[in-house]
Amino acid sequence: MINSAINKVNKKGNGISYVILSIVSLLSVFPLAWMIVSATNKSVDVTRGVLIPGAAFFDNFKQLLAVQNVGTAMINSFKYAIVLTVLSLLVCSLAGYAFEVYHDKGKDLVMKIILTAMMVPFVAVLIPLFQMIASAKLLNTTAAFILPSISTPILIMMFRQSARSFPKDIIEAARIDGLKEHQIFYRMFFPTQKATYAAALTITFMAAWNAYLWPTVVMTDEKSLTMPMLVANLIQGYVTDYGVLMVGVLLTTLPTVIIFFVLQKYFAEGITGSIK
Amino acid sequence: MMLNKKQSLTGWIFLAPAVLLIAIFSFVPMIRALLLSFQSGKGANLAFTGVGNYVRMFSDKVFMQSLMNNFIYLIIQVPIMLVAALILAAMLNNKNLKFKGLFRTAIFLPCATSLVSYAIIFRTLFANDGLINFFLIKLGILDTGYQFLTNSTSARIVIIIALVWRWTGYNMVFYLAGLQNIDYSIYEAARIDGASTVQIFRKITVPLLKPIILLTAIMSTNGTLQLFDESVNLTGGGPANATITMSHYIYNISFKYVPKFGYAAAMSFLILFLVAFLALVQMRVGDKRD
Repeated sequence: MINSAINKVNKKGNGISYVILSIVSLLSVFPLAWMIVSATNKSVDVTRGVLIPGAAFFDNFKQLLAVQNVGTAMINSFKYAIVLTVLSLLVCSLAGYAFEVYHDKGKDLVMKIILTAMMVPFVAVLIPLFQMIASAKLLNTTAAFILPSISTPILIMMFRQSARSFPKDIIEAARIDGLKEHQIFYRMFFPTQKATYAAALTITFMAAWNAYLWPTVVMTDEKSLTMPMLVANLIQGYVTDYGVLMVGVLLTTLPTVIIFFVLQKYFAEGITGSIK
Repeated sequence: MMLNKKQSLTGWIFLAPAVLLIAIFSFVPMIRALLLSFQSGKGANLAFTGVGNYVRMFSDKVFMQSLMNNFIYLIIQVPIMLVAALILAAMLNNKNLKFKGLFRTAIFLPCATSLVSYAIIFRTLFANDGLINFFLIKLGILDTGYQFLTNSTSARIVIIIALVWRWTGYNMVFYLAGLQNIDYSIYEAARIDGASTVQIFRKITVPLLKPIILLTAIMSTNGTLQLFDESVNLTGGGPANATITMSHYIYNISFKYVPKFGYAAAMSFLILFLVAFLALVQMRVGDKRD
């Protein structure tokens, strides 16, 4: 009885929910769907409001290759993002683990100080960072791209959180079995925390791939260009070929969208990891 | 668990790389930026000028414009986005709803787009010969294309629409995660007691999510005060600096024109103060409502 009454009330409300959620979903997907369709159409057709896929994708793609060094930018973007993600996960998971497992007064204080770094806006450190990288002669290197973002308070916090739920008995047992401290980390902790690593991987890779402000400052050479910088270059000219432009946008968006669909669950956990 | 000396030392070794990197690439530059903000000059020829830079920025029309722009985005866009995200999350937190996963994925999808990409997509959609104008003309609303991006009010509105599109799903995911911690039977009990959907939303969902709402408000404030990619790639800061953000202006002062690092550092420190100050205010307000 009660259940059916609840269901009745719910069903009435659900009608509105379906309408609103459908509209919002459509609005969310539309710009991306339109971008994909436009990548397959000629520039004139894009301005004519054509909403069905055309046959110009390969022509657009060829034209993009002719004006921009897509291959180099693709390789660079993957290189920077992968190197940064691997190092970041290693450094931050070690630290997060240590802040929890070996915590004492000193380390707790250091953790608190580190957390204040989260409040520092990137522009506030942009100029000194640029000067440091320039004076170390690191401009246009992978090191320049990755150094400021390897260690982030948010990732350290995520791994500290996951170490908190890691049973301390296991650590004690491993010690009795004669495992060294670093062996406990990579033989016991690392293999059991796949979800946290996956979440950390998605947010780090996406942030690295999409980075724009910092690369425009330190990657000044044509050869060290990234994909977001390349597409931003496409709109600098007077006449923009929309078809070609959208192929560039598509190539820049594809890797992160694939990761999003494959690891969506972890991505959501990653961005909300700090609220647990 | 008591630590022996060796274990404690191991701990310090494990966390040393992360801590050193944050110290070198966050705290050291912050101190250097503070020192820099009291110096003036072009390029590498700098001399101490006290608070000159801080005084100067308040008579710099472009900077004041950029400060105002950031606050326009903050005051209009953040509330719209957070309220929309809350309502969508509340709707999706309904056990009887079908296609939940599909809706969630669709609304969350814009987060996977890079900031540069979506800025360019919106720039193209709202171009003079873009799709929005095409439809407005087709529907007979306009005779010729409206210059959305060269008119200051509409250019700001386009930026706000783009920001709402990109970030609503992101915030919604926070609320959904928070709602999972709320016992669903509370909702069922409220329904049996005859509470309306609006009442449930206002009296249960919002109060229980307060800590997360506060978190998202602080994050959004922080993000909005640092907007860069949209200003550069969607409107180019134009027309006549009507949409330029503080970060964009600081970037121009530092790297586009003759570099004035001292002045730029002072402006960036103002952002740091604003971020910290607004976070404090929000935390105060968030606590008071208890």
